[in-house]
Amino acid sequence: MMLTEGDLSAIALTLKLASITTVLLMLVGTPIAWWLARTRCWLKEPVGALVALPLVLPPTVLGFYLLVALGPHGPIGHLTQVLGLGVLPFTFAGLVVGSVLYSLPFVVQPVQNAFEAIGERPLEAAATLRAGPLDCFFSVAVPLAWPGFLSAAVLGFSHTVGEFGMVLMIGGNIPGATKVLSVAIYDHVEGLEYGQAHDLAAGMLVFSFLVLLALYLVRKHARS
Amino acid sequence: MSAIHARFRLPLADFQLDVDLNVPGRGVTALFGHSGSGKTTLLRCLAGLERAPDGLLQVNGETWQDGGRGIFLPTHARPLGYVFQEASLFAHLSVRRNLEYGWRRIPAGQRKVDWDQAVSLLGIEPLLTRSVSRLSGGERQRVAIARALLTSPKLLLMDEPLASLDPSSKAEILPYLERLHRELSIPLIYVSHSPDEVARLADYLVLIRNGRAAAAGPLLETLARVDLPVFGDDAGIVFDTLVAEHDTNYHLSRVEFPGGGIWVRDANDPVGSPARVRILARDVSLTLERQHDTSILNILPATVLEIGDGAHPSQALVKLDAGGVPLLSRLTRRSLDALKLAPGLAVWAQIKAVALLR
Repeated sequence: MMLTEGDLSAIALTLKLASITTVLLMLVGTPIAWWLARTRCWLKEPVGALVALPLVLPPTVLGFYLLVALGPHGPIGHLTQVLGLGVLPFTFAGLVVGSVLYSLPFVVQPVQNAFEAIGERPLEAAATLRAGPLDCFFSVAVPLAWPGFLSAAVLGFSHTVGEFGMVLMIGGNIPGATKVLSVAIYDHVEGLEYGQAHDLAAGMLVFSFLVLLALYLVRKHARS
Repeated sequence: MSAIHARFRLPLADFQLDVDLNVPGRGVTALFGHSGSGKTTLLRCLAGLERAPDGLLQVNGETWQDGGRGIFLPTHARPLGYVFQEASLFAHLSVRRNLEYGWRRIPAGQRKVDWDQAVSLLGIEPLLTRSVSRLSGGERQRVAIARALLTSPKLLLMDEPLASLDPSSKAEILPYLERLHRELSIPLIYVSHSPDEVARLADYLVLIRNGRAAAAGPLLETLARVDLPVFGDDAGIVFDTLVAEHDTNYHLSRVEFPGGGIWVRDANDPVGSPARVRILARDVSLTLERQHDTSILNILPATVLEIGDGAHPSQALVKLDAGGVPLLSRLTRRSLDALKLAPGLAVWAQIKAVALLR
């Protein structure tokens, strides 16, 4: 198997994107999941639905709106320009923003489920043992919900590796900046380079299978 | 004066919790009532786990909650220990780490309960290195109690800590609770629907009915009320005595109270040690003359104080004064009339059975 320099750069870019996205997803998704798991506010269902939207929307729809919003005339685009960040579409930063939004439900839902499965009692017990809310969250909720965090991280990472439509809409196809694996495969196929497409596609297939297998094995272990 | 003053009003599913209580700031106070009477909600209000908007709670001079002044200490800021019905140990921590959880959150200078003391009081040294999933129900509850003690609480709250245990685990824990009572001076509020547990542990009794405190007072006084049979069919009294002598031949012990003494089964404890006895109203019968040819061992002179209704219309509950100790006797209305019993009358109380509680 011979990977071209372009392919290697696409692989590196994909791993970098997925890693950064996963870290951001955990930081953004955990408070959202905690709030969704604990709140009795009427906003719970609307917010939950909003977070879940990427599950059902075609990635191109989300990508399109992001492109408009982040673009030079969009509201977020204005903001980023005022802040001196320039415009995000067709940059790596733009890809990260898009990926975080696109993979959000894959992180929020497992973490939310794990928090809900803990129930009130351990948190109440911690409070009677002098743990304040934040203390309680880190010393009881997070350790008890760790299988959920693991699922979330794995799903967030692999889902980012696997995205395509959104990436194409907001990132385009700039080698070294926004050309990720899935786009590279598409390029190879368009250029009738089936051999190279095979190499990358098979690699993705094996990678995805191994990641999911590892996840299921860890879950099984955590349950027993 | 050391006291706990609690006033809470909170709508529940079928009725309203509405209590205004003054209970002693020491010893064991039992909140007794049927399941669903609101006693657990009351306990959760005391802990701040349930927020009653206009509640008031003062514990031995410290205000923990005062709706009128906008004071509400959240649970973690209240110096209390709470034992739930299910032990609620942290599954991700070992027994030792569970115990350390609260212990470490108390500044060293404020630790009044010593680590070794709590561990040995509950007899859990051998369990320390175990994982909590490898404990029996009784062991879990003992660890939970020790965990609560190790926060050096100024108030201990227990929500039916024995209710989810099998009889042998219950029997395993009760002596530890009694030791706790004897050896530590932490006020304990104990929720229970079991007359046996209340009779054994409580000093002060609050009867909760439909969200209200139907009665409150020292255990003996409250149990001796004929207008309000707290334990229903198990009506009877509980009082504290001292072991006075042992009859090793017959395996009996004589326990004494200021106005007299009674024989109980072998007390095991040395002469002079305290013993709590329980006498059920259905085990006390009355005669006008002292009987001599009888198998009954304990016959006390008594005076009729008050007559009330029994649990069934055929029955009456007679409150007696037997040398300073109130006794209850359950008779049929027919016997009541046949003996022409009335307040002030001198009678003989024949006690068929005495339970030695501790």
